[in-house]
Amino acid sequence: MRYAETGFRLEVDLTRGSIQKVPTEPSWTEMFLGGQGTAAKILWDRVGPEVQAFDPENLLIFTAGLLVGTPVPGANRTVVNTISPQTGLYAHSIFGAFFGPELKHAGYDQIVFRGKAPDLVYLWIHNDKVELRDATHLRGKGAQETARLIREELGVPEAQVAAIGLAGENRVYMATIEHSSASASRGVGAVMGDKRLKAIAVRGTQDLQLAKPEEIFRLSLDMFKAISENPFTGDIMAHEDDEEFHVDNFAWGNARKRIKGFWNKEREERWKKISESVRLRWTGCYNCPKDCHQAIKVPGHETYFQKCYSKLTYAMAAYKEIDFNYQILAKTQAYGLDGFSTPQVLAFAVELYEAGILTDEDLPGFPEDNGDRFFYLLEKIVRREGVGDALANGVYHAARQIGRGAEKYDHNTMKKFEQVPLKLKMINFPYFLMYATGEKMNITQIEGSYPQVPIADKKEREEFVKRWEAAPERFKKWYLEWEPRTHPPLEAAVHICDWNETMHYIDDAIGMCAFLSSFRGQFGGQPPYHIYNLPKFIAAAAGIELTPQELWNLARRNRNLIRAINVRRGLRRKDEKPPEDHWQIRDPEKEQKVLSDYYTFKGWTQDGIPTIGTLEKLGLADVAEDLVRRGILSEDDREPVFQDVSA
Amino acid sequence: MTEKCLIKTIKVDPDKCIGCRACELACSAFHAKPRYSSANPARSRIRVVFDELNDIYFPIRSVAYTPAECAGRHAYVLQGKEYPECAFCGNICPSRDYFYEPDSKLPLKCDMCESTPELEEPVCVAVCRVNALTYEVREEEVAAGEEGPDELEIGLEALADEYGLDKVLDAVARIAGKG
Repeated sequence: MRYAETGFRLEVDLTRGSIQKVPTEPSWTEMFLGGQGTAAKILWDRVGPEVQAFDPENLLIFTAGLLVGTPVPGANRTVVNTISPQTGLYAHSIFGAFFGPELKHAGYDQIVFRGKAPDLVYLWIHNDKVELRDATHLRGKGAQETARLIREELGVPEAQVAAIGLAGENRVYMATIEHSSASASRGVGAVMGDKRLKAIAVRGTQDLQLAKPEEIFRLSLDMFKAISENPFTGDIMAHEDDEEFHVDNFAWGNARKRIKGFWNKEREERWKKISESVRLRWTGCYNCPKDCHQAIKVPGHETYFQKCYSKLTYAMAAYKEIDFNYQILAKTQAYGLDGFSTPQVLAFAVELYEAGILTDEDLPGFPEDNGDRFFYLLEKIVRREGVGDALANGVYHAARQIGRGAEKYDHNTMKKFEQVPLKLKMINFPYFLMYATGEKMNITQIEGSYPQVPIADKKEREEFVKRWEAAPERFKKWYLEWEPRTHPPLEAAVHICDWNETMHYIDDAIGMCAFLSSFRGQFGGQPPYHIYNLPKFIAAAAGIELTPQELWNLARRNRNLIRAINVRRGLRRKDEKPPEDHWQIRDPEKEQKVLSDYYTFKGWTQDGIPTIGTLEKLGLADVAEDLVRRGILSEDDREPVFQDVSA
Repeated sequence: MTEKCLIKTIKVDPDKCIGCRACELACSAFHAKPRYSSANPARSRIRVVFDELNDIYFPIRSVAYTPAECAGRHAYVLQGKEYPECAFCGNICPSRDYFYEPDSKLPLKCDMCESTPELEEPVCVAVCRVNALTYEVREEEVAAGEEGPDELEIGLEALADEYGLDKVLDAVARIAGKG
């Protein structure tokens, strides 16, 4: 009996139009849990380093996390994995709302797409009935409109739809996959568009087996209540009208400058009024009491959902106010564009114009106003018209395609990917490690368990630590000793990075929302889920008994497998560096020291490659053999083996 | 003849609904046999009517089985917002897919979570942390008579509608004979 998972995945060959229902390997669940973990296993096994993002052999994998569809509150994430056209590496994305639970109830944990359809299609899954349908009539339709039209033509209002907009169809690297109030970012929409897959619609009415039904219900009802009463959960900042944290601390324009003092009471009042005038309501995801998303209606546009820090990203990139942001989001959500990376590409293009690198020849009729310029560039990019064709490949590639000195303006990418527009003063070693070594391309997918800053008052710090159930013991000591504006010991930096990323690797395998878990410990230290209580949810729902230690090691296995995918694609120590100007004051010597320490701690070579010893200890001997066969590891690279830590 | 009766009401405030569907999940689990053996919104006796693009989030619960659609449909426009047809109707009716057990296609009816021991409030209300659903009980004098049909009765009625009453009676008699 399989619990929490269905035990089946769909294999869809878009070139041939064939669909298979394949039983999944139970041992994979034991090893990788599910979600991102099992997707990584498939990518490792089936997508070699010779396969490029837009080759038909690249796979696009949608996986509902292990606990998705169970009563466990907040476990509603679908993970999307593929090879990214932008980085050439493993692409990781994750989205919430309702798609994952519906997929599970339809009888599948995962959908694996390969090949390319001859023309636009969509996949319709209705329990056992699965078919590819023509989508040529949906060409160019907005993502939200596509969902509406598909529901109407199927006559199934309950169908959950994940769709791409024009950006995905035209393989724009910033393209998202949009679903309800959620979207999958970091470029996975480009691969979906390359495969000419416009959408997936799913309706499921089947049961999911639970290992200990009554126990998981009791646990879940208590947790549901606890989450709703916990002030540190959900997207707290989304609800705040005081935007000082973002507007004063994050950089404006092409990640260029901080505007101190921008924020004031008058502006807060004005922005609040604007937000209220376009907001239809706050909405939540499946089986979670938090309402982290705003449904927004801007006159003349389809309703869309705003989430996370995208409330400000376009405004800040364009030096505009919040009304501009709501306006442009109405378009970018329909086109299906990532609200983190797209604004940076637009601001980068404006800079190139102002520097005379892009001229009126490249941008005929380019408007004067920065906001108008953003709208202008947007249309060029989603259609890949003129210089928009280069810009559609993101800042790193566009800079090199445009040339003429544009490379100099690419200052905020890492591993060829746009980073959050943060420019800070003093090097921060845990963050240095998270940026440098992260496999998930965005700091928000890596940080989150250990606080960003210490509480100044020692007594309050002690109180904080007393309530800090989520933290393994070693962190309590480091936190207690952490005085404001001082560096934690380098050893602590290594462990902080390890803990932060480990929690994300767990969430991304079980399908848990990071706002209830891995991202949420850093403010307040009271995430509802943590390494010590997650095992009982996994046991009661999925019947997999793990100690906190075993769960930690399982996350470690997934982390190393994904590392191996990227190593096989060429990722090495030389690539592991944050944007040069991320911090003004750097310490190259210590940075390299902490990076070396981290590699040793992880059981990797000094070039960032997991050793044979580490891989074997994690049950990944086949991965080690492959790396040896390819000459990436030698037979002698057996040490260091990763350091065991207590959870 | 009148008698005292407890009137149980679930009040719905659709403006407060965040669309989390926890009510559907809790309902399906509570009514699963054995209890909590399944959590499947498709088996729920309460459903959130969704139309995200028109800002419709409207929980309705199943109230009565009817074998045929109404003559004509209801469509409401309230404060400028047009609700989908039948959005306010809790009937289990062939015009839509709601409130049919997905395997047997038998109707599913809300029983306000009557159980022993009695619950303080129905489970859908208990999990609604935003108070889109609230519970009220009051005592009223009502005309004496039988209670409305329960789920077994409407199930039989649905079978009779499907196969004809005679066949259902024959089948019941045969089963009774075997017993």
